[in-house]
Amino acid sequence: MSLTEYGLQQLTNALSIGSLYALMAIGLAMVFGILRLINFAHGDLMMVGSYSALGLIFIGLPYWAAIPAAVVVAALAGILMERVAYRPIRGAPDVAMLLTSFAVTIILENGAVMLVGARSRAFPIPDFLRTVYHLGNLTVASVNVVAIIATAVLLVLLTLFVTRTDIGISMRAAADDMMAAQLMGIPINRVIAAAFAIGSGLAGVAGLLWTVKVGKVDPYMGFFPVLKAFVAAVIGGFGTIPGAVVGGFVLGFLEITFQALLPGEWSAYRDALVFAILIIVLLVRPNGIVGARAREEI
Amino acid sequence: MARSAPRPDLPVTGLDWRRYAAMAVPVGLLLLLPLYADHGASAYEHRVIVILGIDIILVLSLNLFSGFTGVFSLGHIGFMALGAYTSAILDMPVASKAINLPDLPAWLARVELGFLPAMLVAGLLAAAIALVIGLAILRLSGHYVAVATLSFLVIVRVVLINATPFTRGSRTFFGTQDYTTVWWVYAWVLITLYVAWRLLRSLYGRAMLAQREDRIAAQGIGVQVLRTRLWPFALSAFLTAVAGALWAHYIVAFSPNAFYFTETFAIITMLVVGGMGSISGSVVGTVLIVVLSEVLRNLEGGFAICAVQIPPLYGLSQILIAVAFISVLIFRREGLLGDREINFARLFERWGNGKGS
Repeated sequence: MSLTEYGLQQLTNALSIGSLYALMAIGLAMVFGILRLINFAHGDLMMVGSYSALGLIFIGLPYWAAIPAAVVVAALAGILMERVAYRPIRGAPDVAMLLTSFAVTIILENGAVMLVGARSRAFPIPDFLRTVYHLGNLTVASVNVVAIIATAVLLVLLTLFVTRTDIGISMRAAADDMMAAQLMGIPINRVIAAAFAIGSGLAGVAGLLWTVKVGKVDPYMGFFPVLKAFVAAVIGGFGTIPGAVVGGFVLGFLEITFQALLPGEWSAYRDALVFAILIIVLLVRPNGIVGARAREEI
Repeated sequence: MARSAPRPDLPVTGLDWRRYAAMAVPVGLLLLLPLYADHGASAYEHRVIVILGIDIILVLSLNLFSGFTGVFSLGHIGFMALGAYTSAILDMPVASKAINLPDLPAWLARVELGFLPAMLVAGLLAAAIALVIGLAILRLSGHYVAVATLSFLVIVRVVLINATPFTRGSRTFFGTQDYTTVWWVYAWVLITLYVAWRLLRSLYGRAMLAQREDRIAAQGIGVQVLRTRLWPFALSAFLTAVAGALWAHYIVAFSPNAFYFTETFAIITMLVVGGMGSISGSVVGTVLIVVLSEVLRNLEGGFAICAVQIPPLYGLSQILIAVAFISVLIFRREGLLGDREINFARLFERWGNGKGS
């Protein structure tokens, strides 16, 4: 394998993992931008989506219908989460909201354990997602191609949504200055619900892609991805959608680079390195690569 | 969220006997627990009392930092893990080390400390690490510091899982000596209580509260914010690591999974329910949540109401505690006690000599 091919191989790997992080980070960033809430429970929406898909396929729905339906379920779960847990505590100190989202995570994960058990379950994967393409010396799994394409399409749709629709523009206004947006007559509850719905739907998509990649679902599957999505969102600049996307791909590239460059026994430490980078970014550039918010520092 | 003015909680009239009586009451009440554990408690009750004591140390030391400075740490369980593993390695008999940790570097394989020295070394190591990372992350505020300390927790976990020669990786760590007794635990509970109480009433503690209430104003009167946060962070890490050492030498066999999100959330729940910034609140919150979880956990295995058999619902206790926690955050954000203290001195007021409050 030539160096170029090796580079291309790693590039596809980085793009596919980065697109998952980006999808997750967008939801975190949309909610954070408006409410200044770090929604730790965002990862569990991946789990909700994947289990719903599993259940719908189990009761006999065809694949092409179960997948979008599962995404809708994830979106509804996000709206419900906001209504029940986050609306009553809106405007509370940052940390109180963050802790609430921790509690929501505990509730969702233990709820899943109670409903379906703690063991992981195999997820049926259709043949077209199992294929691996060979282009010369390159090997590309079709699920990675689907992930990259789906993310690209969703990013275009999302861009159109936040720039062309009323509710999308309201969302950006609310993220900019919630008080002023309210004074301008923006229906803030509807905007927040929409942000949760879209972010959660994207998390559902990310969860399904993740599930197809690893072939199984379990109640704790969202835990590590959401931590990674935090890192992505912070690297990019927390609270902005472009920041989340940039951060997601940067994180994907960083991880693949660590994996490629670190010697064998150290490559297991790459996650530690990723979080060390997060701390460094917080210190050096707390607004991230794209962000514009004022820094909070003593 | 909190009142900041110094309050005359205790009559400060020199060698007033009431002041000592007011201290003796909570100490006496707390010491009833190990006394009971040693005389007549069942094995189960003994275990709950030990774990309760360790949780009180954990919550108090988190409070001592986060409650007093207002800077929220989500990474404290990382210090607990450091304390547990470090002390367990240091006081493991050399022969046992050869079997359980064959790949330990030679200099460490030959070390065999007593329980107390091992505990103190583990605590000092955690404090040193806290000073280093604190220098960096305690400049931040709000979410930023929460995310940074959470990152610390993840880093500790990744290291624990991968530093196999020292920790056996994600497998169970065996060979820890069962040194911890209920008296070891409650001795440290009293030390932690005393340290927290003295700190809160010291000039240093007042500076911590001042920068919590209004950072700019505090800086204006000469409070150095970073330093005011840094040393309590190290002290808190020390005590948390000691709690980890006590825990390790009680549980004996453990793995990195014990030191992660579930434990972090449990400790935070106890702290917030009791009231951040209140020392007695930490004790009350911990007792409440520990007792509640035990009761709920016993119900989880299934029980009967009026001949209707309720099936086992594992995980329900955690859900109910999380719901209770959210309710506290929504309806009583300052927790049960806020930053007030249970004032035992009031008990003795009626016998006062007119000088007390």
